[in-house]
Amino acid sequence: MRSPLARFLVRRILTALLLAVGITLITFVLTNLVPGDPVAANLGQRAVGDPAIVAQWRADHGLDRPLPQQYLMHLEGLLHGDLGTSQQSHRPVLDDLAESVPATLELAGAAILVSLILGVGFGVVAALRRDRLSDHVLRVLSLIGISVPTFWLALVAFYVFFFRLQVTPGSGRIDPGMTPPPQVTGLYTVDALLSGRWDVFSSAIGHLAAPALVLALYTIGLLTRFTRSAVLEVLGQDYVRAARAKGLPGRVVLFRYVLRPALVPVITVAGLAFGSLLSGTVLVEAVFAWPGVGQYAYKSATTLDLPAVMGVGLVVGVVYLVINLVVDVLYGVIDPRVRVS
Amino acid sequence: MTAAQKTAALTIEGLRVSIGGHDVLHGVDLTLEAGRVHGLAGESGSGKTMTGLAVLGLLPHGSRASGRIAFGGRDLLEMPARELNEVRGAKIAMVFQDPATSLHPMLTVERQLTEHMRHHLGIGRKDARERAAALLAKVRIPGPEEALKRYPHQFSGGMRQRIAIAVALACEPEVLIADEPTTALDVTVQAGILRLLRGLCDDLGLAVLLVTHDLGVMSAVADEVSVMKDGLVVETGPRGRVLREPRHPYTRSLLDALPVPPGENSP
Repeated sequence: MRSPLARFLVRRILTALLLAVGITLITFVLTNLVPGDPVAANLGQRAVGDPAIVAQWRADHGLDRPLPQQYLMHLEGLLHGDLGTSQQSHRPVLDDLAESVPATLELAGAAILVSLILGVGFGVVAALRRDRLSDHVLRVLSLIGISVPTFWLALVAFYVFFFRLQVTPGSGRIDPGMTPPPQVTGLYTVDALLSGRWDVFSSAIGHLAAPALVLALYTIGLLTRFTRSAVLEVLGQDYVRAARAKGLPGRVVLFRYVLRPALVPVITVAGLAFGSLLSGTVLVEAVFAWPGVGQYAYKSATTLDLPAVMGVGLVVGVVYLVINLVVDVLYGVIDPRVRVS
Repeated sequence: MTAAQKTAALTIEGLRVSIGGHDVLHGVDLTLEAGRVHGLAGESGSGKTMTGLAVLGLLPHGSRASGRIAFGGRDLLEMPARELNEVRGAKIAMVFQDPATSLHPMLTVERQLTEHMRHHLGIGRKDARERAAALLAKVRIPGPEEALKRYPHQFSGGMRQRIAIAVALACEPEVLIADEPTTALDVTVQAGILRLLRGLCDDLGLAVLLVTHDLGVMSAVADEVSVMKDGLVVETGPRGRVLREPRHPYTRSLLDALPVPPGENSP
């Protein structure tokens, strides 16, 4: 029983690794295509005028070698965790990312979690109560969720809930003056729990709530609609009628016979939505002053900080890969036909 | 095959069904007896399938049924949902047309064979498993123990329908409704499924309602035959009589449409 699933997993992971190498190649090539001269960006005005210094610097950084060789050096650096040095912060890109990536993952993770719980829940309720009042209400709400632009919602939410009503804390990840919890995962909520700092935990949750909900609203609407139609489709299947004909209780039919196949398209959409959610963080992070990858990417791109841009590209690419891997593996877990074929 | 053979296991009287205000059944009368196969014939849209679904309360969204479906001294149409659920699968079971869609593609054969058994009979996992293997052997699935671990798509169409029949028989029902059980299958495996149904009916004293549009199938296994047209039963009687001396012109036209006249021995 276990071996088909294990084989399926190994195959998927190997594919993901190959794709990861592909991502490094693409980020490398793209960055080298950018019309920007790293020499001018890194050396001072006077040094650039001296051919000997420029040649020396180019040799030091391997820029005098052919591109394929440079790519191999780049790969070697990556294997040692060397993503280069940011020209803005003058710190290793890896250190910068170690701070901003968990911040974004915490925000996006909370948003996708909320979206899955609410979106799937609403979708199932709407499908089961088809054409009744609750179905109509949920459908209108989901349409609103999809239609409202995230950046506008972020501004309005920040204004209403922070400035006017003062029910949410302001910008940032925790209250100013509070020391962040000792870093284990980089997620403040998790780290606070691990270190038993309840005050930090409640502050982190409070700061997380508004941006995460703003970010989640679109995905909630999307998942509600997809779950509703997926559940309705499965409810019309012969095997559901056959399950009812067996006299199984309604909840068994729902959870075992209906939800499982209905989740397949929902997972696909959730995986895609996570991608759009990541790009949505750029705007939400800007409004809520959330020190995440979005802000970092924006700053590096506008200042032509190429090592930082490459680092962000690599991280975002790997995050997509991991999400796709998770989605593929979930297909295999849910549907035996996927892992056997 | 005792005295119970001649008692009515299930009686449908004046069954009317409307879907979304449109009448599809106009007062259907049928009697099923233990140990007998009752064939229900008629063209598509005549209401055969709806009659079968109405017995188990499985009519589509937005349907209304009136009349009487008497089973064990109760009227199934009046029964509360919870009690009807105790009858479904346990006392009255159903086999559907296409086993490729009526078996759940993501659940193992074991799960689909045992979960209603455990629910209705209150038996443990191990006992249910043993019964399930025995059932698969009874419907002639080779290697029943192994088959339990597999998924429906790993079987051929005929095998799947045998599994679906095993699922229907799992709780030892008194009545089996088979809705076009051979229509989706290759001609070569149809005869096997029909022989199986006939054998089970005789061995277990099941009352079988065999819904089919195929008079050839009917003549092979049915004891009684009813012919439906436009939501009404137009003719009922013993197979030999109805197929050889049809009284209703519609029955005659159905028989005339057959390439080979049905005989006692045709498959």
